[in-house]
Parts: sequence; structure tokens; C-alpha cells
Amino acid sequence: MRARVDADKCHGHQSCAIASPEVFGSDLYGNAVVLLDPVPAHLEASARRAAANCPERAISIQEEA
Amino acid sequence: MHPEQPTRDWTTDYDIFDAGFVRDPYPAMHDIRESTCPVAHTERWGGSWMPTRYDDIVAIAQEHDVFTSRNIIVVPPPPGVLEGPYAGVAAPPITSDPPEHHWHRRTILPTFAPQAVAKYEDGTRALCDRLIDSFIEAGQADAAADYAQQIPVRVIATMLGVPLEMADEFTSWVRGVLEIGLTDAKVRLENRMKILGFFRGQLDDRKANPREHDLITDLLNTKVDGELVSENYVMGVCNLMLVAGIDTTWSAIGSSLWHLAQHPEHRRQLCDQPEIWPTAIEELLRAYSPVTMARIVDRDTEFQGCPMHAGDRVLMSFPAANRDPRQFDDPDDVILDREHNRHVAFGAGIHRCAGSNLARLELRVALQTWMERIPEFELIEPEAVTWAGGQVRGPRRCLVRFT
Repeated sequence: MRARVDADKCHGHQSCAIASPEVFGSDLYGNAVVLLDPVPAHLEASARRAAANCPERAISIQEEA
Repeated sequence: MHPEQPTRDWTTDYDIFDAGFVRDPYPAMHDIRESTCPVAHTERWGGSWMPTRYDDIVAIAQEHDVFTSRNIIVVPPPPGVLEGPYAGVAAPPITSDPPEHHWHRRTILPTFAPQAVAKYEDGTRALCDRLIDSFIEAGQADAAADYAQQIPVRVIATMLGVPLEMADEFTSWVRGVLEIGLTDAKVRLENRMKILGFFRGQLDDRKANPREHDLITDLLNTKVDGELVSENYVMGVCNLMLVAGIDTTWSAIGSSLWHLAQHPEHRRQLCDQPEIWPTAIEELLRAYSPVTMARIVDRDTEFQGCPMHAGDRVLMSFPAANRDPRQFDDPDDVILDREHNRHVAFGAGIHRCAGSNLARLELRVALQTWMERIPEFELIEPEAVTWAGGQVRGPRRCLVRFT
């Protein structure tokens, strides 16, 4: 699995990092960055949850790495 | 300006300062949202539109070229605010539109990134402990006035590098602008002048007596494209931090304690499953979102069949968005481990609350510290809880007994 953040849509809510702190983090400005790429199997559910918590719908999940 | 008659029809004549609406706005929001007219309108308080569905509110937030932020207060500015010595001072970046918005915001974002605000956690915890020390022996306290209200003002004052002993004055000025001042233009103007006069003095003091490191000094030394930023910008950012950083977070802390006082099952859940704290904080923010912002329509447009004209005010009721059943299952239930929560308590789009990571930290530390020391408590007299509303909703008096 791969997770991507659309930098044009992300406005730094950090909802992804709260839902999935292992997979998502923050850059200098508080915008989301993917920390683990590809996403390890045991964190796939967590990454999907992060995508489902983003108010800007900025995260996309590609199931096959 | 303010018709004395009570509201008869919430879709055409809502009153955001109606006492019943301030105390519990959710039934009226529900009725508007499920009516044939989910974008309500009123002539009261200078006139405004109020969308109530999640998708509509997010769409407006994202369409920032049509729905501008040139004024973000829920009622029009009082006469005289655009004159006098501080006429050019706004509250950037929240009052900025592109293209200036970009650097107005980018300049302050690193200060509020999660990794940057983490350094305030220990001090906030110590502050919360001291507050609890002051009332725990009494067996009761005002969770709003003795606790919630006391926290964010000191965190913000620490960040800005301004005197902590002025906390009560800062609180009074902010209430003067955002609470009492919303329905009293004279009070609003007076308190705006007090805030800006204070920061003018702080800037002058730093210019005369340079300090090594505090936020105001850093802002004064900020360069954009090789030029120092204007002092109006620095004053504006300070103004924003004080006005937006205090009663918003205080309201969120107060509402959350008000909720926990009435829900022993949630108190137990937080004790038994401490790993849910981050998710629980998001859920409390969703269910009791304090803030409603405004947008000003830039040019005539039609939105969901409503003819909006240039200059019209649109209220961004994030509390209404966050209770929309189209977006949230069982929206009126607080589910502390809610799996999917795209809440917009901090807004959406380019004006997402710049201080959201600090607000979350304060809310989490304030609630965790309270729950560790006062795990069991209840409202003394539920009917006696008083609320503020309009721009920022939260309890102002909330007596609880420790059990």
C-alpha cells in the first residue's frame, strides 16, 4: 500500500497524524507528510483511517505498492 | 438593528444571540438543515446567510475567491473601526485574502506546527495543576471560570512574551471584542483600542529595548522578499493571537468538562482506555465546536438557489456542519472512539485555524490533568450553567462538585 498527500488540498489539519501517527507526520509548516512509504502491512488499516479523517480529502490510498 | 420580537421562523429570521439558541443551538440548526431551506437568512444583526449542511460549509470555505475573509466577525464592524491610529490593523492571516494571505500565513505557521507547540506541554500541565491545587480542597469549582478560562490566556501570553499578571485584563479585552462587544458596538471599539494600544506599546518597547527571543521580536525581525514586514502586520498577528487564541480554546475546554460532568460512562472510558485520548479530543471538538466565522461575498452569486449579493455576510457555522447526519453517523451522540471524523471545528480550506495544534494540546492537557486529579465530578445545578454564543460558544459559569 502507498499513501499520498495532495499538497494543494492539504491545509494542515493534522487529522491524519492523529488517526495514524506512524504513517503521517508534519512538515515545518504543519502540513502533512507521509512517513512510511510503502505503508507496512500492519499499518494499512491505520492509514485508511487517516484518509477517512481528512477534512480536505487530501489523502489517497493506493492499495497495491 | 435588533428587532425585539422573538424568532418565529428560523430559516428566514434566525437570531444567533437568542438566549435559547446560545444555550442549545443544535435543535434549531437541525430544523434549518432538514428544512427545504438549509441555507437560512436573517435581517437581524446587520443581515446574514447561514448554511447548515457540512458539504455547503466546506464548499464555501474552499471557494475563498467568492467568499472572502475581509471581515470574519459574525456582525458588521462598529462605526469608527476603520478610522483612527489603528485603522490599518487587521488580524492576519485570518482576515487576509490571496495573494497576501500566502505569506501572511506562511510566516506564522512554523510557530504553530505540532513539533513547535510541543514545548508548551509541560508548562501547560504545571499551570493546570496549580489551578486545580487552588480549588481541589473546596470539593467544588467553577470548571469554566476557575479552570478553562484561566488556561489559554496564560499559554498565549507566554508565547507572545507579554506579562502573565495581565491575564485578567487580556481576558476582559477579548470578551469585550468577541462576546459582549458583538451586541454593543461601543464596548467592541473600546476593547479593540485597548488591545491595539497595548501591542503598540509592546512593539515600541522591543524597538527601544531589544529582546533576545520572543514571538513579537521574531515577528518584528521577519523579512519577506528582503524587506522587514510592516508593523501593522505584526500588530495584526498579535491581535489575532490574543482575540482568537483565548476564548475559543477556553470554550472548548469548558464544553468538554460540562459534557464529562454529565457522562460517567465517558469518564470511565477515558480512565480505562487512555489510548483513545487523541480520538476523544477530536470527537469533543466535533460535538462542541465553539467557533462560527463569517465570510463576505465578493460578487453577486447564487449558492444553493440563494441569491447572494456582493457585500453579504455568510456565517460559517462549523458547529452546524459538525452535526450534519449526511456526514456523521449519530451526529448528536458523543462517541469518544469515533472511527471516521472529518470534523471542521477548525474550519477548512486556506483559513484552517492556524493555532489548531496549540488548541488541541491545551485541550488534551487541560482535560487529562483534570481527569487524573478529579476523576469523578458532576454539575451542581445543570440549569444554572451559563453560556456565551454568537462567534464563540461555550460555558461561562459551570459549577461542579467533586464526588
